[in-house]
Amino acid sequence: MNTFFQQLVNGLTIGGIYALIALGYTMVYGVMKLINFAHGDLVALAAYIGLTIFMKVGTSSSGLSILLIVLIGTIMIIVFAGMMLELIAYRPLRNAGAPRLSAVVSALGASMVLENGMMLLWGPNLKIFPSNILPSSTWSIGGVIISSAQFFIIVSSLVFMLLLHLFINKTKLGTAIRAAAIDQEAAQLMGINVNRVIVTIFVLGSGLAAIGGIFVGIYYREVYFNMGWLYGLNAFVAAIVGGIGNIPGAMLGGILLGVFNAFISGYVSSSWSEAFTFILLIGILIFRPTGILGERVAEKV
Amino acid sequence: MDNDRLLIVEDVEVSYGNIQAVKGISFDVRKGEIVAILGANGAGKTTTLRAISGLHKIEKGSIRYKSFEITSVPAYKIVSIGISHAPEGRRIFGTLNVRENILLGAYTMQSIDDERLHWVYSLFPRLQERQNQLAGTLSGGEQQMLAIARALMSKPEMLLLDEPSLGLAPILVKTIFNVIKEINNAGVSVLLVEQNARLALQLADRAYVLEVGKIAISGSTKDLLSSTKVQEAYLGKKSNR
Repeated sequence: MNTFFQQLVNGLTIGGIYALIALGYTMVYGVMKLINFAHGDLVALAAYIGLTIFMKVGTSSSGLSILLIVLIGTIMIIVFAGMMLELIAYRPLRNAGAPRLSAVVSALGASMVLENGMMLLWGPNLKIFPSNILPSSTWSIGGVIISSAQFFIIVSSLVFMLLLHLFINKTKLGTAIRAAAIDQEAAQLMGINVNRVIVTIFVLGSGLAAIGGIFVGIYYREVYFNMGWLYGLNAFVAAIVGGIGNIPGAMLGGILLGVFNAFISGYVSSSWSEAFTFILLIGILIFRPTGILGERVAEKV
Repeated sequence: MDNDRLLIVEDVEVSYGNIQAVKGISFDVRKGEIVAILGANGAGKTTTLRAISGLHKIEKGSIRYKSFEITSVPAYKIVSIGISHAPEGRRIFGTLNVRENILLGAYTMQSIDDERLHWVYSLFPRLQERQNQLAGTLSGGEQQMLAIARALMSKPEMLLLDEPSLGLAPILVKTIFNVIKEINNAGVSVLLVEQNARLALQLADRAYVLEVGKIAISGSTKDLLSSTKVQEAYLGKKSNR
């Protein structure tokens, strides 16, 4: 029974990270019907930037203020990178009315540029994230061990998801995003500037990717230039499991996939967890191709 | 005289790839009028409306609204100029609720005008009853009402309506056409695209008949209703020869 709860805690930690990253995929897909393959690389870039900022501001001291500086600095840089990505890799294609496949190729190209750029800047070797960003205290509740990093990641992922949920559902711009995701032309007829909506979702998605990247660094404590593929792919699977294009779906899918992965690692073998991720993906695609929450209201003629 | 003309369309040509859908048409809508564009499927009616609201780029010609050249104004800016478009197929936001759909119609406004909201709900009381329902679960007629209600929230001076009768039961069509008249009486000029020529001619002040991208006949609806050509081709009456 201990294994169960321990793996649940581990799974919620990873799941929270997956969910944050998956939201970026799902929002971009929702509005642009594009899989932004470079999204995972923004996560890796965030981990590098976070590491760099941390090395500059304080390796000796730790504490919440340092973490806050690292988070805010990284978010700002990654949001800027995300906006540039949209401006350079996607907008020209959209303006030219290019087919969707071209945008996917552009996404793959942008991913390679980012990956190789990171390799040039920080080298091909694995970098170790410092362990003292958060206090290394752990709590033991009935034999289940929770580290401060896990607690921090689970709580703040939930907080960020809640904030996003409120923004999307309660604000005017959030409603505009939902409208543009349903029908871009009709949204324009309402006076919604779809380009502005797209910039907004890149800002939101990249911001969450930045947080996800820092969390990956804090939790796994290692950073390498092509790790974006690993986390990106898992988050992408999470977005599909939840129903791609569906925001609550990405949150649910991320957490479910994290917990699923943790249970496979705990009860089967950690080397099998990737394989099971894709078995789950295939299963979902066969039995529920629109994902868990990805239901569409039937269109009336 | 020119001050009277709200919308002026001049020699407009529109193409989809190599196929020219609209082949140089000119018409105008005056303040307070209901003008109908009639014609068969593929005559270019919808394309004409899409060109006016900026959804489709035009190749040649010009479109002016009150002395503003709006030919190359992007679609999302057209609504704040005063033109609102209830598009073909209704295009309501199915997974948003009815209220959210209506409020999106006022997206360009600083705040929601309660008076306007009450007026819109008084035109379509059914929508008020169903405010919290998802728009995709409404019946076809209610969806059409929602599309018109949504378009009215920006306080347009000019309303573009694309086939509001499409796929609706005759009784509902009547309701909707009565409301269009009421909207017009409130001072909104209407450009109406319709396949149902009889109804449109009864409602409108003037009409243009499109045939394969060109204006074939135009005039006051009174004249068109009595023209043998219109009667034979669009009203299904055989003339006695």
